[in-house]
Amino acid sequence: MRYLPLSETNRRDMLAAIGAGSVDELFRDLPKAALAKARIDLPNSASEIEVERALSAMAAKNRNCGQGPSFLGCGNYRHHTPASLDYLIQRGEFLTAYTPYQPEISQGTLQAIFEFQSQVALITGMEVANASMYDGATACAEAVTMAARVTKRNKAILSGNLHPHYRDVTLTNCKFLDMQIEALAPDPTAIEDLVGRVGPDLACVVVQTPGFFGHLNDYSNLAKACHAAGAFLVVCVTEPVALGLITPPGHIGADIVVGEGQSMAGPMSFGGPGVGLFATREKFLRQMPGRLAGETTDENGRRGWVLTLSTREQHIRREKATSNICTNSGLIALAFSVHMTLLGEAGFTNLARLNHATAVSLAEKLEQIKGVKLLPSAFFNEFAVKLGKPAEAVVEKLAARGILAGVPAARFYPTYPELADVLLVAATETNTESDIDAFAARLKEALA
Amino acid sequence: MTMPATASGNQGLQFEQPLIFEQDTRGATAVDLPALPHTRERLGTLKNTQAIGLPGLSEPEVVRHYTRLSQKNYSIDSGFYPLGSCTMKHNPRLNEKMARLPGFADIHPFQPVSTIQGALELIDTTAHWLKQLTGMPAVAMSPAAGAHGELCGLMCIKAAHVAHNQGTRTVVLVPESAHGTNPATAALCGYSVEAIPANSEGRVDLAALQAALDKHSADVAAVMITNPNTCGLFERECIQAAEMIHAAGAYFYMDGANFNAIVGRLRIGDLGVDAMHINLHKTFSTPHGGGGPGAGPTVLSAALASYAPVPFVVHGKDGFSVEEHAGLGGAQDSFGRMKGYHGQFGVFVRALSYMMAMGADGLKQASGDAVLNANYLLARLSAEMTPAFAGPCMHECVFDDRFLKGTGVTTLDIAKALIDEGVHPPTMYFPLVVHGALLMEPTETESKATLDQFVESMLHLARKAKAGGAEAEFRAAPQFSPRRRLDETKAARKPVLRWMPPTAGASSQAAE
Repeated sequence: MRYLPLSETNRRDMLAAIGAGSVDELFRDLPKAALAKARIDLPNSASEIEVERALSAMAAKNRNCGQGPSFLGCGNYRHHTPASLDYLIQRGEFLTAYTPYQPEISQGTLQAIFEFQSQVALITGMEVANASMYDGATACAEAVTMAARVTKRNKAILSGNLHPHYRDVTLTNCKFLDMQIEALAPDPTAIEDLVGRVGPDLACVVVQTPGFFGHLNDYSNLAKACHAAGAFLVVCVTEPVALGLITPPGHIGADIVVGEGQSMAGPMSFGGPGVGLFATREKFLRQMPGRLAGETTDENGRRGWVLTLSTREQHIRREKATSNICTNSGLIALAFSVHMTLLGEAGFTNLARLNHATAVSLAEKLEQIKGVKLLPSAFFNEFAVKLGKPAEAVVEKLAARGILAGVPAARFYPTYPELADVLLVAATETNTESDIDAFAARLKEALA
Repeated sequence: MTMPATASGNQGLQFEQPLIFEQDTRGATAVDLPALPHTRERLGTLKNTQAIGLPGLSEPEVVRHYTRLSQKNYSIDSGFYPLGSCTMKHNPRLNEKMARLPGFADIHPFQPVSTIQGALELIDTTAHWLKQLTGMPAVAMSPAAGAHGELCGLMCIKAAHVAHNQGTRTVVLVPESAHGTNPATAALCGYSVEAIPANSEGRVDLAALQAALDKHSADVAAVMITNPNTCGLFERECIQAAEMIHAAGAYFYMDGANFNAIVGRLRIGDLGVDAMHINLHKTFSTPHGGGGPGAGPTVLSAALASYAPVPFVVHGKDGFSVEEHAGLGGAQDSFGRMKGYHGQFGVFVRALSYMMAMGADGLKQASGDAVLNANYLLARLSAEMTPAFAGPCMHECVFDDRFLKGTGVTTLDIAKALIDEGVHPPTMYFPLVVHGALLMEPTETESKATLDQFVESMLHLARKAKAGGAEAEFRAAPQFSPRRRLDETKAARKPVLRWMPPTAGASSQAAE
């Protein structure tokens, strides 16, 4: 087997050095009854070409988004990534390194994390950011429990404009804790009153910007109301490219900003792995979950980086830790950071403008179709449209014509018949004018 | 030997690399984009009017920056990484290639199900391999990492207790030698944690387990046992432990961090286990990536299977579909959702690519070689070092610091001196039950020549320490790494966690 270097001679020599007669003898602590039962019905080893053949056949059963126009979003976006990005993150010294617990030989990863933390803090408008969480949804759940720790309160309100997976993961994480989570009904027309719900017993309100249905709501009054009541405003960002064009959540008063970095980091990969972004204000640092890289000096006085403030973490604090997270999304965070570095201020803001302009072009075309109603008046690169017909059937029809038209809201809200005709549509820099024309033409036919 | 000072601060191939923020050329970018279409903005009141503060670099500068950073890292590609409990094995590049097939990489989680049958087949096939290898009837695929898998298992357990009117059980028993994630996870389910002491052999003491079960009688919800445990030993009485746990009305959670030791030989379903997470980034060779991502699919017994989190793949007459909503359809009893989308799909592709390459025979050979390699280290290093427990060990061996007694040299010093030998240090000071522990896991992907070289280095250091007079030299290690020992106290006392523009103050200062 090509991944195993030991030869039979090696094995014999090593057993002799150990003083054992066979490898099986080394397993003598395993229960014999269980060993006898262990029938494993799986194929034997395969050559590289055979594995490649089998998996390529499986991959070919999927319709990939490069095969035709696609307009899918809902927290997972198709963006172009520069060729150098994938090359850099595949360098073995990044790809095959462990968590940088030995800082003297991990300065590359540590400096990259420090730069990542700095970039995330800048784009969210916050003071500090951690080294990453699993994904946006789990980061959102951790933000709610962190808000509860800091405020010493146990109530949270989740906006109906929050991604339903973020809502569900938060509900799950709080399910067996002493928490009361009020998840508001989906809010496709952005009419929910959050300010009126803020009270003195509240730990936090969680909103999303741009919202799940695409709205760009101004939450600065909500932030003021939360702070007046001693509560946190948690802002989720599922499309960080938006932060190249819209006011950073930190500047409207967010106390914690969480997000999903996939759209900046690389392929959609069916939704995982992504990278959870987590940023907050300095004064709450010690209640923050996750790893942090910090600056220091070595014995020769040279600048360097280490993992720091680990007394918050499970390997030191055990049951009193701020979170149980250990493995995070290091490599995807690196990809996010490399892309952000490649873009720089000019590229990042340009990319955001191009996304918005492409989405506006799409909106203008779709609005001309009879029966189509755009729900948000202000949006970034994604918006909900009412079709007047069940969206799932329309999506199937367009898929048959080679267009992935968007995501039916019913996929997330099967028990809300009033959302059956709502379609969520996203456009990015990967969509061309002819993609948009084809989509509009096919949609017009489907709705006729 | 003193190094000559260089004007650049570089030392040959060891480059000093400034932060990206210190390489800023205003307006520069490494990404040119197509021209903007002419449209009016529809951003409402939220348009940003301020600069963000991101630095601008050209493509060659960015490529050089990250290339130089990468060269400051140790990695499994470049050297031996005997990091106990972390399973740093070779990461085959075939896995990377497979994960980048457009049919896997360029698919969206909410495409119509008819267009992603191959993705659901991949998840289903990966699940099939994991169920076969563990002898368990079900697996929850969505947990993102080991600790997340623990949470999945304990949530299934909590949901099962609630369903059986046993929701008042509040205690989880965890051995003293457990990973920190076990008690941290139990706390996230609202459980309190009680420690079970180990016996002198480094294993769970059955009498102590029974005493703890009796003491908390109807309060024990679950017992979490790592097996093989963090001392590198198989809990040989685990079947009896499972019977005792079940007799007390509790569930048996097995921490699968060390599954690499037994994969392909022993099915944990034959041990009476109710739930176990599998770290795909350990046992199944997906890269650690400097801290992640991982994946922690959690296998479940029949008693827990119906409480599994959404989403999960089901196979019907029209092909594959997904149950996505807890409480609806086929997910009536599901405890909920714990991760966005469909789990760590890209990690599943890599793990399946590895499992198919290895096959049933290769995986059995792998656990055999992993255990053989660890026992070889145990045998040879015992010449100068003090093993914490008698062998045979499983896939990792642990030494205590008795061999350093009176030398003035510490476990940390040995670890740092190993860096100068070109080896990544073993796990230090863990498990907590072993004084000054050095926990070594060589894995099956190291050659005998690599192990022999490591043994030579280790024995050399042990002899040097014992000979005396080398304290200062040890304390000065490492000397050949890109940085010498770093001041961790300083980093924690006044945290500088991000770059700040020089004009706005030298650093960010955290509240104490």
